[in-house]
Amino acid sequence: MPSAPFAVASSPHILTGNSIRRLMFSVVIALAPATVLAVVFFGVPALRTILFTLAFCLLFEAVLGTRTSDGLSWKEVVGDGSGAVTGLLLALNLPPDSPWWVAAVGALVAIGLGKHVFGGLGRNPFNPALVARVVLVIAFPVQMPAWRAPFQPVDGVTAATALGVLKADGATAAASQFPLWNLYSGQVPGCLGEVSALALLAGGIFLLARRVISWHIPVAYLGSVAAVTGILWIVDPGRFASPLVHLGAGGLMLGAWYMATDLVTSPLTRKGMLIFGAGCGAITCVIRLAGSYPEGVSFAILVMNALTPLIDKWTHPVPAGRRVPRPETA
Amino acid sequence: MSLSPPSSPKGPPERSRRRRTFPRGGIDVREHKERTAHLPVETIPPPAEVVIPMAQHFGVPCEPVVQRGETVRKGQLIGSTPAPFAADVHASVAGKVKAVGPHVHPSGFLVESVTIETEPAGETEPALPPVDPGDRAAVLRRIREMGVVGMGGAGFPTAVKLNPPGNKPIDTLLLNGAECEPYLTADHRLMVEDAPRVLEGLRVMRTVLGNPRAVIAVEDNKPDAADALAELVGDDPSIELLVLKTRYPQGAERQLIESVLGRTVPSGGLPMDVGVDVQNVGTAAAVADAVLRGRPLIERVLTVSGDGVRQPKNLRVPIGALYGDLMEHCGGMTEDASRVIMGGPMMGKAQPTVHVPVTKGTSGILVLTPRTARPYRELRCVRCGECLRVCPQGLVPTELAVLAEREQFAALTEIMDCVECGACNYACPANRQLVQWIRFGKVEYRNLQKKKRHA
Repeated sequence: MPSAPFAVASSPHILTGNSIRRLMFSVVIALAPATVLAVVFFGVPALRTILFTLAFCLLFEAVLGTRTSDGLSWKEVVGDGSGAVTGLLLALNLPPDSPWWVAAVGALVAIGLGKHVFGGLGRNPFNPALVARVVLVIAFPVQMPAWRAPFQPVDGVTAATALGVLKADGATAAASQFPLWNLYSGQVPGCLGEVSALALLAGGIFLLARRVISWHIPVAYLGSVAAVTGILWIVDPGRFASPLVHLGAGGLMLGAWYMATDLVTSPLTRKGMLIFGAGCGAITCVIRLAGSYPEGVSFAILVMNALTPLIDKWTHPVPAGRRVPRPETA
Repeated sequence: MSLSPPSSPKGPPERSRRRRTFPRGGIDVREHKERTAHLPVETIPPPAEVVIPMAQHFGVPCEPVVQRGETVRKGQLIGSTPAPFAADVHASVAGKVKAVGPHVHPSGFLVESVTIETEPAGETEPALPPVDPGDRAAVLRRIREMGVVGMGGAGFPTAVKLNPPGNKPIDTLLLNGAECEPYLTADHRLMVEDAPRVLEGLRVMRTVLGNPRAVIAVEDNKPDAADALAELVGDDPSIELLVLKTRYPQGAERQLIESVLGRTVPSGGLPMDVGVDVQNVGTAAAVADAVLRGRPLIERVLTVSGDGVRQPKNLRVPIGALYGDLMEHCGGMTEDASRVIMGGPMMGKAQPTVHVPVTKGTSGILVLTPRTARPYRELRCVRCGECLRVCPQGLVPTELAVLAEREQFAALTEIMDCVECGACNYACPANRQLVQWIRFGKVEYRNLQKKKRHA
């Protein structure tokens, strides 16, 4: 005979066994190749940046998350893994030699302002790591663009990124200084996560295979960037960089596979995701090609995050029973 | 809309990925049917007592027509009501009426019930003469008087369902042999062992409905059931056997109609609005017994299963048998049994005790342990969208749940379309109790509509 009383719970009594933690863990694994490469290219300073950012993010998550999570313990809050993913993504948005206090401020902005101020998990309208990145870029104009070429020692001289050269000196200069293999394998200066497009792509495909994300946002985002830049490049290859350069440079790979696909801040429906991805692509191109900033990914995604509730409303599915005429009354 | 040709009576229908299914949503659940799918139905000896509720059907409950101390024969009428939306209730054993009064009922309410102490040597009510299936009014009366209601779970009075209003012509009688809930194999065994009775019932019901086309739908996880039916259907062109893809909730009425006929039942409507009458295969067998053999609905086949019961079985039990008595026939419950469910794991109702009776709609009793009915933490919605992708009705469950939670009941205009199948809840990575929130939202929404009507 059973020893405990029976639980009278609502149906269904079996659940899939999937969990937020499993989703988050998959993202961390997907980012692992790019993270490892970043440490390989930029050395101990990079490892320090990553660890500090992660630590501060988890700390703020534990402190603030217990206040916004309806009674979960700090272990449960940290245990859902979302703080760790934000931490890793934020770290990958930082230059390799970031001081610890840049990591700390970034973590506070990401976890505090980007997430818990809105009510915690599932309630934030903007991608927390991007909110932090944008705040840091504007607040610390010296530390944030402190790029260094891979394998170079820290020497206080800022190296130029591919998109920086593209904006300042044009397409031909960019193409000659940054051959495609370098761009895609990651042997270029930039933020930690902006280097190896191939490693990021591999992680993205892993996420697709594990069904953590679907193809709609990445394909729509990358596809629209490729289409716009492709057309322009065909028309005037001297003036515009090729779509391959655009896809491999800057934060586009990181953005398309890991930031734009953030579950909370992107649309619910597949149709909405396509609109979202295309919008991100359009804005990224406008900023890269016509704006004064060399990179537009962060701003593009944040703008589309703001539009996500509207997109969800536009793409709200019609229930099956309303797609047919109403019944006559008996 | 034409159907695919009936599966060949000569060989087993292959499990094919191209089998028909409903157009959106649904989930593939681990079935656990292998525990009992091949076990023949065991008839249990009559238990020491049975508790027969007056309410076992959708509609008006019956009033008891027997008193304490009375001796009743097996099959004798013990509950009735003049209300049209009902069916009679009969004694499932011979014995002495021990009590007439409120008793625990699987719905969670206390329901007026007749408790009978079994006398194994008691008499059986003689069978009534068969009714001519062509005499429509007499057939419907007999179905009601023999207590036949929908045995798939909802318990809709069958005589009412077979008598739709004149402006809703029926062109298809659809027999539901899908049994899509995990663990349950009662309908499966009925089709394998008792296919002739199912077909007899189908023919009676078809005649009552004015001879529409008839289709029997079976999921492809029961090839032996499909075979048994196919052999009997043979080359009869008026009956089609359709083997559908195994996917939850294939057996839900609306989804079944979409799978078989491609028709969508409108919101707020019923299958008769698209010309279809859906009946469970168990109900068909009960109709055959009532009309052709004059016997009331006093027993049924059900599956006792789950990892909390030592010997899962398919049993034939009298209506009113208590779950505790059935457990004894199944090796008893395990030490760590933590949940007793009437029905299947997706839509079944958890019970606080095993002192609950089997009713006409009880297709299964599951006993689960924390290994299968796992403890969980309900987290916040992370807007992953899985719920709306698995919803077979095309709704957005997380939105309905959040609106209900925030008490914005007026915004729940789509909520009544939910069939509470639980696919959304099952798929949610945050373990949100979507079905429970939606049930709550439905109650409040209905109250709001009532207030509006009376304002």
